[in-house]
Amino acid sequence: MEAAILTACADPSTLSGLSWLVCYLTTGKHMAFYGSFGTVLLLLAVTAPVALGFGFAAAMAARSRIWPLSWFGRGYIAIVRGVPDIAFFLFFVIALDQFFEWLRHEVKCPDWDQPVWQGNDFVVCSAAKLPLNNSAQWVHEAYGFSLAVITFAIVFGAFAANVLYGAMRAVPRAQLETAEAYGMTQRQTFWRILVPQMWVYALPGLSNLWMVLIKATPLLFLLGVEDIVYWARELGGSKTAKFTDYPHGDWRMWYFLALLVFYLAFTWVSEKVLNRLMARLTHGQATVGGEAQRKTVGKAA
Amino acid sequence: MSCWDTVQMYALRSLGYGERLLPRDDFTICQQVTLIGSGMMWNVYFGVLALAAGFFLATALALGKASPQLWLRKPAQWFIFVFRGSPLFIQFFFAYFAFLSLKQLSPLFDPFSSAWMGALVVLFLNTAAYSGEIFHGALMSVPKGDMEAADAYGFTGWARFRKITWPTMLRLAWPAYTNEAIFLFHATTLVFFSGFPARQQKGDALYYANYFADKTFNPFIPYPILAGYFILVTLVIIGVFGLVNRRLNRHLPVARKMRMRLRAPLMR
Repeated sequence: MEAAILTACADPSTLSGLSWLVCYLTTGKHMAFYGSFGTVLLLLAVTAPVALGFGFAAAMAARSRIWPLSWFGRGYIAIVRGVPDIAFFLFFVIALDQFFEWLRHEVKCPDWDQPVWQGNDFVVCSAAKLPLNNSAQWVHEAYGFSLAVITFAIVFGAFAANVLYGAMRAVPRAQLETAEAYGMTQRQTFWRILVPQMWVYALPGLSNLWMVLIKATPLLFLLGVEDIVYWARELGGSKTAKFTDYPHGDWRMWYFLALLVFYLAFTWVSEKVLNRLMARLTHGQATVGGEAQRKTVGKAA
Repeated sequence: MSCWDTVQMYALRSLGYGERLLPRDDFTICQQVTLIGSGMMWNVYFGVLALAAGFFLATALALGKASPQLWLRKPAQWFIFVFRGSPLFIQFFFAYFAFLSLKQLSPLFDPFSSAWMGALVVLFLNTAAYSGEIFHGALMSVPKGDMEAADAYGFTGWARFRKITWPTMLRLAWPAYTNEAIFLFHATTLVFFSGFPARQQKGDALYYANYFADKTFNPFIPYPILAGYFILVTLVIIGVFGLVNRRLNRHLPVARKMRMRLRAPLMR
C-alpha cells in the first residue's frame, strides 16, 4: 500500500483532484502531524495519573493536623486556582528548567565561583546544561515534553486536590465515627473507610477536570513542544511551488477546523464513557443517584 | 529615572500612548509593575464586554435549550456543545484564520482580524455558551411550586418570565456564574498567544509578563506581579457579584439565603 502511494506520488505536479489530495495528505510532514496527535494522547495518559497523585497528596496535606503542611496544601490549591493557568504554564517551564540546571550545577561544578544570575543572564557550567549541548535531538524533545508533563501535573494537581479535598469532606461523618468506635487508628480509618468511599463524591468533579485537561492540551504549543497546533500552523500556511511539491493557498483555517472537530469528538466520547462509569459507581450507593437507579431498575423488572 | 516617570511613560503603553520603545535593559520592578498593569486594561476590556454581552445571549440560549420547539432547542444545544466541547485556544486560532479569509471577500471584516474585535467576538460566544449551560441548569431547578404560584396569581407570558422565572433562575445560577466570570477573565490571557497579533507590542498583561521573562530569563518577578493583578481582579469580581447575589436573595429569610459557594462547582 505504502509503496503504491510512493510510486504514484513520485511526481506531484502531474497529479490532480483526489489523487493529488491523497498524495498531499501522506507526505512525511503530514505523517509527523498525525504523530503529534499521539503526543497529545501520551500527554493525557501520563499527566492524568500524575496530577491525580499530586492532588491526592495535596488534599492529604490540606487535611493534615500539622499546620505548616496544612497551610502548604491550602496555599497551593488557592494560588493555582486564583491565577490564569496559562501564566503558570509559561512560568513553570522556565522556573523548572532553571531549578534543574541549578541543582545539577551545584552538584557537578562545586568549584564554580561566579554567581548563577549575571544581570539578565542565567549561567551554569556547561556540564550542568539540560539537556547537554551535544545530546541527540530526541533528548531535547523528551526533555521539553517532560517539563510540560510536570507543569501540567502541578497545575492540574491543584485542581484535583480541590475536588478530592471536597470529596473527603463529603463522606458522611458517621462512617468515620463508626470506624473509630471499632477501635481503628487514624491511619486505618483514612485508608480503609474514607478513601474507598470518597470516589463516588469525587467523580463528577474529576470528570469535569478530565474535560478541562483535554481542552488544555493545545497549550503544549506554548511550551515549545511540536504538537498539533504547531503542525496545523506549519502545514496550513500558504506554500509556493518553489518550496514544496504541493503548493496551496492559506489553509490554516481548515487545519484548525479539523483540530476543532477532533477535540469535539474527543470530549463527546469522554462524556459518554464517564457517564457510564458514574452509573456503575453509583450502583448500590446510599445516595440520591443510587436510589433513583434502584427505582428505575425495579420498575423495569 | 524615578518610578513616577516610568509610570507616566508606560501606564497607557498597551493602548499605544506614551513611550513607544519598551525597556530593553536595566529592567526595574517599577517598569514591570507599570507595564503589566497597563496590559491588564486589555484583560479588563475583554472580560467586561464579553461578560456583559454574553449574559443576554446566555439567557436566550438557556431558554432555547429548554424550549419544547425542536427548531429552537437543537441550535441552542449544538451551539453550547461546540463552544463547550472544544478548547478556547483552538477556537481563537480558527476564528482568526477564518476572519483572515473573510477579509479577502469583504473589507467589512477588517476589524475582526485584530484582537480588539475578533477575540472579543470569540470570547463573547464562548462565555455565552458556558453561561447558557449554567442558566439552563438553573432554569431546570426552578421550584415547581414557584411556577404554580405564578399560575395561581394569573401571571402569563412575558410578565411571568420577567417577574418569576428569570429572577429565580438568576438566583440559583449566581454562584456558578461568578465562577464562570472569574475563569473568563483568566481566559482573556490567551488572546495574544493564539494568532491575534499584538500590533506595535500593544498586548495584555501576560504578553508583557512574558516579554520580561524572555528578556531577563527570570520568571520569578514578572509572573508573580501578574498573579497579584489577577488575584486583585478575582477579589473585585467576587465583591461585585457578591453584591448582586445579596440583591437577588434579598426576599429570602436569612437562614435560607444561598451562601456563595465558590469552591464547589469547579471550572470550565
